Amino acid sequence: MFLDLLSLILLVSAALWTVMTRSLLRSAIGLALTSAVLTVIMFKMEANLAAVFELSVCAGLIPVLFVSVVSLTQPYTHQEILERMKSMFARFRLLPVILIGVGLILVLLGPHSQVQLPLPESGENTRFILWHLRQLDLLGQVIILLGGVFGVAVLFKERKKSA
Amino acid sequence: MSALLILVPFFSVLILNLPLKGIRKLAFGGAICLSLLQMAAVFIPDAAFWKINPHAFGSIFSFELSADSLSKVILFCIGLVSFSALFATRQTLKDSAGRFNFINIILIAVAGMNGVALAQDIFSLYIYLEITAISSFILIAFNRDILGLEGAFKYILLSGVATVLMLAGIALFMLIAGSTSFAVIHAVLLNHNKDFLISLGIGLFIVALFIKSGLMPFHGWLPDAYTAAPAAASVLLAGVVTKIAGVYVLIRILVSVISFSPAIKSILLLVGALSAILAAIAALTQSDFKRMLSYSSISQVGYIILGVGSGSVLGIAGAALHIFNHAAFKSLLFLNSAAVECQLGSRDIEEMGGLAKQMPVTSLTSIIGSLSCAGIPPLAGFWSKLVIVIALWMAGFRAYAVIAVLGSILTLTYFLILQRKVFFGKPNAEFKDIKEAGFSLTFPALILAALIIGAGIFTPFILNRFILSFNSIFGG
Repeated sequence: MFLDLLSLILLVSAALWTVMTRSLLRSAIGLALTSAVLTVIMFKMEANLAAVFELSVCAGLIPVLFVSVVSLTQPYTHQEILERMKSMFARFRLLPVILIGVGLILVLLGPHSQVQLPLPESGENTRFILWHLRQLDLLGQVIILLGGVFGVAVLFKERKKSA
Repeated sequence: MSALLILVPFFSVLILNLPLKGIRKLAFGGAICLSLLQMAAVFIPDAAFWKINPHAFGSIFSFELSADSLSKVILFCIGLVSFSALFATRQTLKDSAGRFNFINIILIAVAGMNGVALAQDIFSLYIYLEITAISSFILIAFNRDILGLEGAFKYILLSGVATVLMLAGIALFMLIAGSTSFAVIHAVLLNHNKDFLISLGIGLFIVALFIKSGLMPFHGWLPDAYTAAPAAASVLLAGVVTKIAGVYVLIRILVSVISFSPAIKSILLLVGALSAILAAIAALTQSDFKRMLSYSSISQVGYIILGVGSGSVLGIAGAALHIFNHAAFKSLLFLNSAAVECQLGSRDIEEMGGLAKQMPVTSLTSIIGSLSCAGIPPLAGFWSKLVIVIALWMAGFRAYAVIAVLGSILTLTYFLILQRKVFFGKPNAEFKDIKEAGFSLTFPALILAALIIGAGIFTPFILNRFILSFNSIFGG
């Protein structure tokens, strides 16, 4: 229970830091940390395959995001970062309190489900599931990648030309 | 074989981008042919073509896809609107390399939307929704101007929130049913319909779809995205993308997975009525041509949701008929706005006036589109609105039926204002040398106007051929 609670607090803190910090470098580190904690939680919940996917996808995603965003933006000055962080924290200071409050209310007062939840899958049939049962999803992901490539080609490459 | 509707656009993009001399010149013609073939495919009577057939291509592509009457209406709309958007690219995007990329992204969007229309699995549905969303972001930001980037950013943000809610809903369904198949989840939900986790999953999913549909009060992204997008992208977005990403998926989930409950009906009716009326009032106050049409879209989607909220077969049939009609008249009106913007270089309706003489085709077709949107007989929009009002009345939601009629009166009001300010009234001397827009904008506009008139006259055929067979999607 203690470990679960600790993981949850770490996960929420890392995620909040990722979206609230004004430094791209810190944001990328925050995303990596969020992903790492999520991976630990997934392993703990015996969702081993999902954990491996989370770790590998995020490990690949972070450099791509980082390089893309850095290439599109100009850095703030130190003073600008401080001012913006102040306003961000002032605006969202109640967010963690609200989140924790809603969580507590749900735990203490919330209705309980009568549904019997299944045990985690063993992951032995992963290859069969991916290549035989979820082919439509795999095709969809290939099309998403293709869309991403066109997005980069349209929004990034031509930008360099006009700059 | 219905998998071809996903595979053909996908492989077309791959082939068009092969390093072969002259292949890029085929992009426009090829994409137009695909959209025409898609519209023709809807009329294929062979049931085997449309039913679940996991091994149609051997073991390489074994997809579980299926299409009923509702899916076929949507597939036809996708073909029709992509046809119009493709033509619009020829006049609104002058750079040939940019136009080639734009056509590729439209093809990717078509593959995504076809996947949404054909999916029988809630996770596959989500993946194809994401394809549609990603291609929409790129289309909105295509010109890389500040407004386009802002519109795309707002869409990404709110779409991201919708995605999180939707994934959480899918996770709960998966947890409870142990599967993501529509049929399996439906069977499990029937036995546990009062459970807290199920109610939470349903709630999350429906809110996500409200955001994707741009319904009030989740509409913040829509006017900016539609207004800032290039003209061809606006045609695609307003004509079909948000209808599929939000309204179609909502109907599909309600019919095939969740089933209607009194609480769900109440929420749908409330949100639908709010959107139909408030967005129509907002449209009255707009001076930007495209922005007015954007608010009009929200209002019409509200109308569709009112039909769905009646919870009856007739209401769903009216909603589907209005999706089809909306695809036709809103694509037409966005083509008209593109024509006016191309010729005048402005979208401010306060600066315009008397353009009917200089742009007769645009003026005539915009009158047909506006009157159909307002529900004036015998145009197509009248029949779908009539079916929705009758469905609401018969289901006992008489106050909402009156609200729907009131919404139509408001729609007529803002379109009359639009017509008077743009095409009639006092001509602006500054625009005295303006000429009619080119063939690429007037030709699809004429086709859509003819379709609106034809669909109005042949409504009994459409009702019999597609809409009344909706009973079958309820298993009746």
